[in-house]
Amino acid sequence: MDENLRREIILDHYTNPLNKKIPENKENYEKINTNNSSCIDNLDIYIEIKDNLIKDICFTGEACAISTSSCSIMIHNLIGKTIKEAKEYILNFKNMIDELPYNEDILNEALAYNNIYKQNNRKHCAFLPYEGILKILAKYE
Amino acid sequence: MNREDFPMLNKDIIYLDNGATTLKPQVVIDKIVDYYTNYSANAHRGDYDISFKVDQEYEQAREKVRQFINAQKREEIIFTSGSTESLNMIANGFFKNYLEPTDEILITTSEHASNVLPWFHLQNTIGVQVKYIPLDNNHYVTLDNVIKSITPNTKVIALAGITNVIGDERPIKEICHLAHQHNIFVVMDASQYVPHRKTDVVDLDVDFLAFSGHKMCGPTGIGVLYGKKELLEELEPLNLGGGMNESFDSPNEVYFKELPARLEAGTPNIAGAIGLGAAIDYLTKIGMTKIQEYEINLRKYALEKLIKIPYLDILNIESDSGIIAFNVEGIFSQDVAYYLNKYNICVRAGNHCAKNLKSEVGVKNSIRLSLYFYNTESEIDDLVELLSNKEKMRIEMI
Repeated sequence: MDENLRREIILDHYTNPLNKKIPENKENYEKINTNNSSCIDNLDIYIEIKDNLIKDICFTGEACAISTSSCSIMIHNLIGKTIKEAKEYILNFKNMIDELPYNEDILNEALAYNNIYKQNNRKHCAFLPYEGILKILAKYE
Repeated sequence: MNREDFPMLNKDIIYLDNGATTLKPQVVIDKIVDYYTNYSANAHRGDYDISFKVDQEYEQAREKVRQFINAQKREEIIFTSGSTESLNMIANGFFKNYLEPTDEILITTSEHASNVLPWFHLQNTIGVQVKYIPLDNNHYVTLDNVIKSITPNTKVIALAGITNVIGDERPIKEICHLAHQHNIFVVMDASQYVPHRKTDVVDLDVDFLAFSGHKMCGPTGIGVLYGKKELLEELEPLNLGGGMNESFDSPNEVYFKELPARLEAGTPNIAGAIGLGAAIDYLTKIGMTKIQEYEINLRKYALEKLIKIPYLDILNIESDSGIIAFNVEGIFSQDVAYYLNKYNICVRAGNHCAKNLKSEVGVKNSIRLSLYFYNTESEIDDLVELLSNKEKMRIEMI
């Protein structure tokens, strides 16, 4: 990916993250906190699942540019997916971060993190929001 | 100054995280290697030459610590794994037995976790109350506020000598004088004090004091618990085992050794203690007063430059140490730290283990520079240049 485009995607999602708010009908959502013991990123993620479908995700908290943008892109990519599709997407994202074979076609803007493995201390930041979501998705199926 | 003594400074880094830990001079590294290479035996076994040497070196290290903080007796110096263990021993070994449920302990919101959680633990287990001395507008402890906070139930005042985010120095000597008039004990967390000041426990008149070796050019895993002898005599050993007992014929017939051995159960951190002794020799040779002056001048130099950067919010304009905590407007502290890391500048981002401080300064996280005598004006210049370009910071922080 072109470096300028990568930067633009990350900064855009950091500056104007999607759904960075507490959802209005909180009672319909499951909430999970995800934080990084080695740094100070700390996010609360709210997810609404109905009929095996991810209807909505919101988040709040304080985190670095990588975590925040990654969370925003994750939300963008996960809304509307079934639990199964979501798990597949997350596995694919994880494989990319861990330098394993992955399918580029389903990651869209999340490809902006395809060279994050070069900064070991930031891999965690990029995956942090996914860790939270995975804990919730683990309860399904 | 003395940069040539530190192998880490040949690695093209600018190390500004000395509040977390300091770099080690070659003399300290050599001393540790010498122990492991030439007389690597256990302590307290005088039966053969190399073990005898271990005892000598270990006790010499204790003597060096004693002189360094001007304690009166060798029994008043207990080797621990660091300030954290020292403070936990003070709280659980002494005060847990001494305090009544109605008693109060005074701390502040700018204490490090290790001078908060052991006291919280006492509140949760024996029912004492932990209360806070209010800080003034510069986040300082004033004698006036200490006086106002003391009640007939106050039994302990536990404070850092110098705090680890604001870097303010507390009037410990005056606090001790006042406290003792009210039969209150003073515990000093000296983790950020002993490495940067000439310490005199007799002059300060503190009852207990804790510090770590690794924040003063010594190895990790070694620290000191100082206590007045008559108080340490009452400190219940929390670790029981080898090295600290006289005899144990039956559960009813267990006899402990005298101080300091009684409080140092198990094989001690021999290399650590000996390394700390070497660090003390090293610092003494430079001179603690000289170190203090150098750091304060370097901080002044850094502050004058940083303050001119309009989007920097400096949390501690007033400070007595080499610490500057700040935020860059609109950029998360950790992203600033990552950006500086790209230029091999090591700073800390976060809450710096002082999680209660957020109520005081209004921000949860910050970037902290903490200087030591081997930092230079030219390092500050490099840092200031990088922080002066916000656009570059925004582009390169990711």
